[in-house]
Amino acid sequence: MATKIESLTKETLLEWYREIVLIRKFENMCHHLYFEEKDPARKITGVYLHLATGSEATHVGAVKALGVDDHVITAYRDHGIAIARGVDPNRVMAEMMGKRTGTSGGKGGSMHLADRSVNFWGGYAIVGGHVPLGVGIALKEKYVKSGSAVLCFVGDGALNNGYFHEAANMAQVWKLPIVFLIENNLVGMGTRIEESSGQTNPVKRAAGYGMKEGPSVDGQNIVEVYEAVKAELDWSRENGPVLMESRTYRFEGHGVSDKQFDARDDLKGELAIWEARDPINVLADHIKKKYKNIDDELAKLDTEATQVVNEAVEYAVNSPAPDYNDLIANVYVALTPEYRTR
Amino acid sequence: MKNLSMRDALRAALHEEMIRDERVFLMGEEIGKWQGTHRVTRGFYEEFGAERVRDTPISEMAIAGVATGAAMAGLRPVAEMMTINFAFLAFDAIINHAAKIHYMFNGQFTVPLVVRAATGWGNQATATHSHTPEPIWAHFPGLIVGCPSNAYDAKGMLKAAIRDENPILFTEVIALYPKPSPIPDEEYLIPIGESAVKREGDDVTIVSYGRGVEWSLEAAETLAKEDIQAEVIDIRWLRPLDMSKTLASFKKTNRCVVVEESLPHYSFGSEIAAQLQEAAFDYMDAPVKRVSALDVPLPYARDIELMALPNAQKVVQAVKEVL
Repeated sequence: MATKIESLTKETLLEWYREIVLIRKFENMCHHLYFEEKDPARKITGVYLHLATGSEATHVGAVKALGVDDHVITAYRDHGIAIARGVDPNRVMAEMMGKRTGTSGGKGGSMHLADRSVNFWGGYAIVGGHVPLGVGIALKEKYVKSGSAVLCFVGDGALNNGYFHEAANMAQVWKLPIVFLIENNLVGMGTRIEESSGQTNPVKRAAGYGMKEGPSVDGQNIVEVYEAVKAELDWSRENGPVLMESRTYRFEGHGVSDKQFDARDDLKGELAIWEARDPINVLADHIKKKYKNIDDELAKLDTEATQVVNEAVEYAVNSPAPDYNDLIANVYVALTPEYRTR
Repeated sequence: MKNLSMRDALRAALHEEMIRDERVFLMGEEIGKWQGTHRVTRGFYEEFGAERVRDTPISEMAIAGVATGAAMAGLRPVAEMMTINFAFLAFDAIINHAAKIHYMFNGQFTVPLVVRAATGWGNQATATHSHTPEPIWAHFPGLIVGCPSNAYDAKGMLKAAIRDENPILFTEVIALYPKPSPIPDEEYLIPIGESAVKREGDDVTIVSYGRGVEWSLEAAETLAKEDIQAEVIDIRWLRPLDMSKTLASFKKTNRCVVVEESLPHYSFGSEIAAQLQEAAFDYMDAPVKRVSALDVPLPYARDIELMALPNAQKVVQAVKEVL
């Protein structure tokens, strides 16, 4: 670990720290705006909000391993991945509030963030449905011989539906440049991996596809995630798909409706164990060990992150809601209005 | 001008588009080395190679989903479902992904995807292999659904579909594959969302698509012998649905029969009838009559299979009921 961290500059480590803190504060703000905010003009509404709290090192570390022409696609726990890939937090928050300035114009919501300009191909809310999309993007890159690769986050729960199976097999048959990163937080919605999967070690499934079995990394350690994903992406450019795992945990439950930590005392113990390995603290400890008297700089980054989140909230609150023209726009490309509404 | 079967007209359309645009590629089960289950892609593997004519595993979810991703990324995939019956496995990929992505991400991505699928009842193909479910797919905004009734339309419609920026389900009636039409030597396209008058007449409007057009035209010839002139409208694209020619015809004839190979409930016929009464109630001299398949799963035994299906004689009978 220590030798790897030395290959990264202080600036890089501080930037990563800033981003994982930003994502944590962003998610905590979403939680606040959903549950505690009383002013309807500032509230996040709706039935779906899946927070990335606890998974920041997996999200940021993996995304930072991408080159500018590489691609990332994921499921519905997508806020942190969007921000890590460079999507403007103002527009992410505006999407949470269903505003026209949101990444999807207020039409996608929390689960459907995307930004084509940074090759963030979106969050998708049908479990497993994005996996073949990622394979299709990889197919295009191989078709045009670009050398670009795709990072496809896959939840441990998504391993058990047909999408993953079919897409993984096809990617291997065609040797496409894609890394399937299993974001293993031990539970799919409320069902634990040992209750849902005959094979509880996700990377062992690679053998079933003749695919490269990649590493299982500590998903709370951003440096470890980054180094491993970077290496596997580079391998995949020439050789084809890889199945790897990042072991992490969600601190907030599946979604806003999930009271798992209130209802399950046994899980509180597990949560405490994982909170002791909070990805922010893991990175902060490494930075502090390496650089003396860095506390003030870290505190400054904390303050900056708070400012970014506060600014995002004000931006979203003050943005216009979409209107009827937005409602009927982009159903089709270039069809006349009578077709759009009939 | 030469006579081509619908199979060869479709093949010519694919061939021309693959020559014209190298982003166009094919993927599907048995389309390459096997030459295509319905022989629409015969010779393509040898001519274009394995990168552009991609044999896939038996993986309908992935065929549709991977093609959707490739389309989002800038290619022009033409994915083949061996039959529409197997496309049910890909329903989510086509409806929840291909058809929603442009809207859901507010226009950031386009999905210029064509999913071709053979449709219609086969000879004793039985319950699971005899669907004609175009109306189900046409229920959803974001997807275009087309189904040609002859070789000429098939070529022009498929070429238009491949050039369009939207996701399209393009179904091809198996029974029509061998049937020929005169095909011009010069290129032509049939615009998406354009229906056609296939026969003119003043007494009754028959609206149909796909195989039903053939039964309707046959019925019209029979009726003509009794001095009943039927106007036959081929809808061609179930979505976007062009009602203009049907409405114009109905305002002239004041009577309508809808003919569909598919099932009667929540159907093509239901939609046409509903739109007619909304838009032309004052022109209505008789209830709109529907000729559909019987509301049962199709059985194996030939005698009762045929009993369940529409035919020209049933269309004739329906027309007489509305006159």
